[in-house]
Amino acid sequence: MKRNDDYLERRGHLSQLSDAQLEERFWGLVEKLVDPLLQLGYENTTPAIERSVLLRMGFSSLEARDIVNGCLERHLLGHGAGHVVYRLAKKLDLGIREAGLRLVQGQDWDLALSLFADSVKEQ
Amino acid sequence: MSQYHLQPDQKLDVAAILEDLANYRPRRRGWTWREPVPNLKMGPFTYHDCSRPLKESVPLPPAHYFEDIDPQPIQTITTEIASGRFEDDIRRMRLAAHHGADHIMVIRTAGQSHFDGLIEGTPQGMGGVPITRKQVRAQRKALDMIEDEVGRPINYHSYVSGVAGPDIAVMFAEEGVNGVHQDPQYNVIYRNINMARSFVDACESKKLIAWAGMAQIDGAHNANATAREAWKVMPELMVQHAINALFSAKVGVAKKNICLSTVPPTATPAPCVYMDLPYAVALRDLFHEYRMRAQMNTKYIESSTREATVTHVLNMLISKLTSADIQSTITPDEGRNVPWHIYNIEACDTAKQSLVGMDGLMEMVELKNEGPLREKARELKERAVLFLEEMLEMGGYFAAVEAGFFVDSGLYPERNGDGIARKLEGGIGAGTVIPRANDYLAPVEAHYGRNNTAQYDLPQGHSPEELIGGCTLSCPEKIQYIDELDEQDNVWVRMAEVQEYAGPQAKILKPEMEWSADGIVMMTMFFPTSKPIAEAAALETGKRLNLQEVTVISREVMHPVEGTRIELKGKVPFSIEIDKLEIPKEPEVLSEDEIRANIAAKPMRVVCGTVGQDEHSVGLREIIDIKHGGIEKYGIEVYYLGTSVPPEKLVNAAIELDAEAILASCIISHDNIHYTNISRIDALAKEMGVRDKLIFVAGGTQIDNDQAQAAGADVGFGRGTKGSHVATFLVQHRKR
Repeated sequence: MKRNDDYLERRGHLSQLSDAQLEERFWGLVEKLVDPLLQLGYENTTPAIERSVLLRMGFSSLEARDIVNGCLERHLLGHGAGHVVYRLAKKLDLGIREAGLRLVQGQDWDLALSLFADSVKEQ
Repeated sequence: MSQYHLQPDQKLDVAAILEDLANYRPRRRGWTWREPVPNLKMGPFTYHDCSRPLKESVPLPPAHYFEDIDPQPIQTITTEIASGRFEDDIRRMRLAAHHGADHIMVIRTAGQSHFDGLIEGTPQGMGGVPITRKQVRAQRKALDMIEDEVGRPINYHSYVSGVAGPDIAVMFAEEGVNGVHQDPQYNVIYRNINMARSFVDACESKKLIAWAGMAQIDGAHNANATAREAWKVMPELMVQHAINALFSAKVGVAKKNICLSTVPPTATPAPCVYMDLPYAVALRDLFHEYRMRAQMNTKYIESSTREATVTHVLNMLISKLTSADIQSTITPDEGRNVPWHIYNIEACDTAKQSLVGMDGLMEMVELKNEGPLREKARELKERAVLFLEEMLEMGGYFAAVEAGFFVDSGLYPERNGDGIARKLEGGIGAGTVIPRANDYLAPVEAHYGRNNTAQYDLPQGHSPEELIGGCTLSCPEKIQYIDELDEQDNVWVRMAEVQEYAGPQAKILKPEMEWSADGIVMMTMFFPTSKPIAEAAALETGKRLNLQEVTVISREVMHPVEGTRIELKGKVPFSIEIDKLEIPKEPEVLSEDEIRANIAAKPMRVVCGTVGQDEHSVGLREIIDIKHGGIEKYGIEVYYLGTSVPPEKLVNAAIELDAEAILASCIISHDNIHYTNISRIDALAKEMGVRDKLIFVAGGTQIDNDQAQAAGADVGFGRGTKGSHVATFLVQHRKR
């Protein structure tokens, strides 16, 4: 887009605002811009977020990468990669780390999938 | 844990820092501001805007005139240290801390933004350092020791951006990193990372930043560095600051930890203060709840370090006239891409010098409340509001970016159609934003967004990490530490290559600019000719001096044909053996008060003159005259006999005046006549039976202490001697 500087025509509705009112208007507009972005973050996840969850659960970056990639391939990431490990650990009565390492080694993915079968339908 | 500690008189041992890193834990989290000390008294002065002084530091060069004081301004001072080899950077961090830096920022290696995950180990970087857990841990551990040494907390800082932002944010929270750059707009505009991915990731990253109490700096200054006419992006800069600031605050980052990366948009020869000051005022009006990180203008830096330094100082005038919580110091060599130790340190000194020099300024001046300053500031704020209004009309942030709204070189509402446009469905990481299912769970602390813990009966108000008995943020022993992944590209291999130069016991030396034993030297020269000829002549000069990899790094026309100033760099092909160096001993100097007290308690009289056939008197005058800081100022009574004084006259005068010392200046050096004269004075004094009662000081530009003593003087002072050296000797010799 190309446009000449039409500031003087555009500013009419701002010209009577006090500095405080202008500041209030500024932040009100910013809020309208950022709120949808925050909502987007609230309702979605990403591979990086899920890796960061697994790091906090005590996995190395390499292990976290493998588990997240496994979840992505099987459309499990929307449940949370940490959640997949958590449910598997409960099901197998293992520690979090032991359960996750089984996934890293390529084991128990079918079991993991079955643990979320109901909620997959629910979506 | 390792028992290694820094010793003030010993070089830092990087190998000792690297020991036992697997068990290192950071000792604190979060950012630390300097501690203001109102009406700080240091030396003969009272300071108005200074902070708690350091235990150990290197003061500004003229400090010796002022009792060696080293006042520290109230602003945090940043330095960017990232040479590609983090192990060498550790030593530079110690230098910088001693020159007043308490915010060490590590630039990432080229391409890390697009690395989908954490980099591990210690590979070498390009244009920055690969940020890894091991590298962060080593540098934080070193800074723990360095901050103990200087006596002030040092904030460690790097970047939470790219497609692995949340991964890095977790690692930084775990490893005690104190400050970060985090701004999803940076990903979008400058790194072409998918917009939705960037903002969703940023929510998680910022939640972690909030949890760890880190200070956060935005990326808005890049618009200034990128836009064609940088001063025209001022309305947009305010919009970018605001989006990141409010977005972060709403995720939970404390406003006191949210810093705007603000940059004075233009530089000389533009009338930059006239243009930059209204912008700085407008920004501080709108963002009074947030912090200001005053970046310096890098857009217009050329290869002259002098010019870059003046820009830096003018930028700090803006900081001082408005406010700055963190003051940046881009190295003054930014324009020629030689990020060397010496320029890091120079920039820290420039910041300290400028801010201390302007101490208390705002108690004496104030910004006018009417006139062009306020009018321009108001106009900029209105333009920013109009910018926001149009963004919303277009459908919000993503729509505005798709339309190329940002980094347009027009002064908004003017549009030049040269902005950077990105597609919502495009960019790196497109298609990786995944909706959370109803049962979505993340059983960890510091997680943003919907988290269904109720399905596992976790009561409200309990942290999700309780489901797994605590995550790494509360149980750091759960952190998985990876040491190295690459057998070739790691710190041990690099250090082995320069082993004989490194460490406290090194026996050989090379000049160094950024890496151990890099051998780099810089030379400045002038050729009385045009720029192209001068440049070629400089390269030839470097080659004939046997320098390797000779490169011209700066060329400045003094006159189109009369002359060009050239700076070149090259590598020396040799090493220096320390044991074979002849190292003159530093003369001992008593304080002015000590010398005065001694002379006051027992007055001293000396006779002096230039001996031999010599009419020069400048050197001796420097040593005795009160106005040159000579020995008279300590109260020593001086009888000056003039020039070409025969040795007999000096000795006789000493006897007649009952002087305690003879000061003989011997300047001419042909046939070693100066040593003959020294021997003559010594022999005469012995003949007359007064040698034991007299202190005999010989001096002159060609005088060597050993030879002077061999010839019969008690001491010989050569080039560079000051009155304080001679006075110290006289007082100490008399005590004996």
